[in-house]
Amino acid sequence: MTSLFKHTALAAMIGLSTPALASLAYVSNEKDDTISIIDTETRAVVETIDVGQRPRGILLSKDHTKLYICASDDDTVQVLDLATRKIVDTLPSGEDPEQFSLHPNNKHLYIANEDDAIVTVVDVDTKDVLAQIDVGIEPEGMAVSPDGKWAVNTSETTSMLHWINTDTFEIEKNIVVGQRPRHVEFSKDSKIAWASAEIGGTVHIIDVDNLEQIHEMSFKVPGVNQDRVQPVGIELTSDGKYAFVALGPSNHVAVVDAQTYEVLEYLLVGSRVWQLDLDKDEKHLYTTNGVSGDVSVIDVEDLKVIKSIKVGRYPWGVVIDPTS
Amino acid sequence: MSLLSRSAAAILITVVGAAPLQAESLDVQIGYLQWVPDQGPVLSNVIPEPEDAGLRGAELAIADNSTTGKFLGQTYSLQSKVVDSEEAAVAAFEAMHQNGMELFVVNAPAQTLKTLMDKAGDNTLVFNAGAKDNALRTGQCHSNLLHTMPSYAMLTDALGQWLNQRRWNEVFLITGPTEADKGWADAFRRSAKRFGLEIVEDKPWTFDADLRRTASKELPLFTQASDYDAVVVADVRGDFGEYVPFNTWLPRPVVGTQGMSPATWHRVVESWGAAQLQNRFRDLADRDMNSEDYTAWAAIRSIGTAVTDLGTANPGEIRDFLFSEKFQLAAFKGRKLTFRDWNGQLRQPIPLVHPRGLVARAPFEGFLHPNTEMDTLGFDKPESECRING
Repeated sequence: MTSLFKHTALAAMIGLSTPALASLAYVSNEKDDTISIIDTETRAVVETIDVGQRPRGILLSKDHTKLYICASDDDTVQVLDLATRKIVDTLPSGEDPEQFSLHPNNKHLYIANEDDAIVTVVDVDTKDVLAQIDVGIEPEGMAVSPDGKWAVNTSETTSMLHWINTDTFEIEKNIVVGQRPRHVEFSKDSKIAWASAEIGGTVHIIDVDNLEQIHEMSFKVPGVNQDRVQPVGIELTSDGKYAFVALGPSNHVAVVDAQTYEVLEYLLVGSRVWQLDLDKDEKHLYTTNGVSGDVSVIDVEDLKVIKSIKVGRYPWGVVIDPTS
Repeated sequence: MSLLSRSAAAILITVVGAAPLQAESLDVQIGYLQWVPDQGPVLSNVIPEPEDAGLRGAELAIADNSTTGKFLGQTYSLQSKVVDSEEAAVAAFEAMHQNGMELFVVNAPAQTLKTLMDKAGDNTLVFNAGAKDNALRTGQCHSNLLHTMPSYAMLTDALGQWLNQRRWNEVFLITGPTEADKGWADAFRRSAKRFGLEIVEDKPWTFDADLRRTASKELPLFTQASDYDAVVVADVRGDFGEYVPFNTWLPRPVVGTQGMSPATWHRVVESWGAAQLQNRFRDLADRDMNSEDYTAWAAIRSIGTAVTDLGTANPGEIRDFLFSEKFQLAAFKGRKLTFRDWNGQLRQPIPLVHPRGLVARAPFEGFLHPNTEMDTLGFDKPESECRING
């Protein structure tokens, strides 16, 4: 209730005409050094906030009061207070942070340092650097399993998934996947990990108990050259029904049956679709389209693209605050 | 670890070593040979070319391969020789060969490359990271020679496609006096035919005045013609070409080896993660990465990609892998790169750049090909006599 109250107060204060109950989507604009805030009710940008240079990965604190922002060219992680919409703090991040993931303990932030071939683990409360772990070249994707056991990093030029034990901060397993792995997404029960390989054009399904690949998916978008089918962001519905895979410069999102790994449909969105996130009741999916500078909204029930929202230049990441 | 110095308060640092995937170790040795003949004195000598172009790209690729290799128990080492004559290049090649070296990256003229290939045994794999000569891709192929450097034809086809899609179909061609200039211009004439361009004037450059003083007087007269859409310059070593832009008779853009150029690689390429490669290179070499650096890098990364999959450095097995469906090189050009199986040429998009910006990237939409659009650049199978895979 507190955050709701704060938001209402803020909206009243600065004269926004947005309904107080609408949940908000945050979009990082890589080439504008801004965050666009979208009201998911009216599907319009309500505010644009200046942040550090080259913002890419963004994520919410587990209590949904803060947004963490990888300001890649500033070599820092910024902390945006969502109530005041002000940058209130920065965290040591190592060089060129691109993606990161917060442990369920809401304390340990795992950051992929793209230029340094390192994963940095930072305690967000004390700002201590807890560990720096050597990984492959151009670490990019970062995910922590919902049960908190594993942190997985993808290294793009090494083409591996590095499985880091979150108790010891040591790599326990390396799995070679397709060329240029970009993103990892865990199923809610932490049993399955989905990893996309951009240049390989594949998505790799990993059985987390055995740390083995159990399936490899590829995609064929009708009328699109195969070279342009480049899987990047992945989003899973919590009911285990769908996986959505952003296919980069093919400008399509693949809808996948999350049980059979069959592609059900390809949805045309904006140019070079990168990352995606579901809204709070999982009725709509938001995608960032880097080249066209917009966000597409997909109706999950009908599997139709219903709207595109212009944001800043080269939108990279999107997260939706379910409690705002 | 600049993080350490920046946050002095950082307390509990543990740098954790990587757990190797496999126990057995493998050391992959790669030889790099560079001989770039002196270009002679040039008029536009204001910005010199780096002398270690190519070598530093090879070094970066070894570092990249090694980072991957440490998770697999594989190490990579480079033996490099930069020499100043063909004889020295041959001697260095033979010496390395006798010491058991089987994988080579060569940045040298086509003639030297041919001499080396005559001496290379069956169990040798050589990557051409320097010579752009079309003949190496159309007839004088060698089954153990692959090309990461694009041919002149790939570069001029990129330019030809661009001129065509801009509808700038009438061009004024100026060709310098060197063999390389003529090679580039011949390639462009072929591209003009393929992409429906008309060369309204085709003039050799014969002046030997110092254009820094007189370009504004000489060039307007030299480029007089009733009309043209663009001026195309073939001046590979950069002698007079830098003085053509803004000095043409008609107010027209200048493209070719100067002005807007098709390039294998350039500092302005930053999409598809290229910014990271550019940063890594700058950290290593204290300068920007150029085309020679890129092709040497791509050659050694191709070897690394094969070794990661195969777990062996056997040249025959690497060669088979590079021509197989399994091989795809992630090389920051927005697409997976593969080798043409008829002549060993690495397929790759070609950026069109000016000194401070990217203009476009070939191949362009609308230039169709039954297999891959990337084969609209350079010599497609029916245009080449080479069949190095039978």
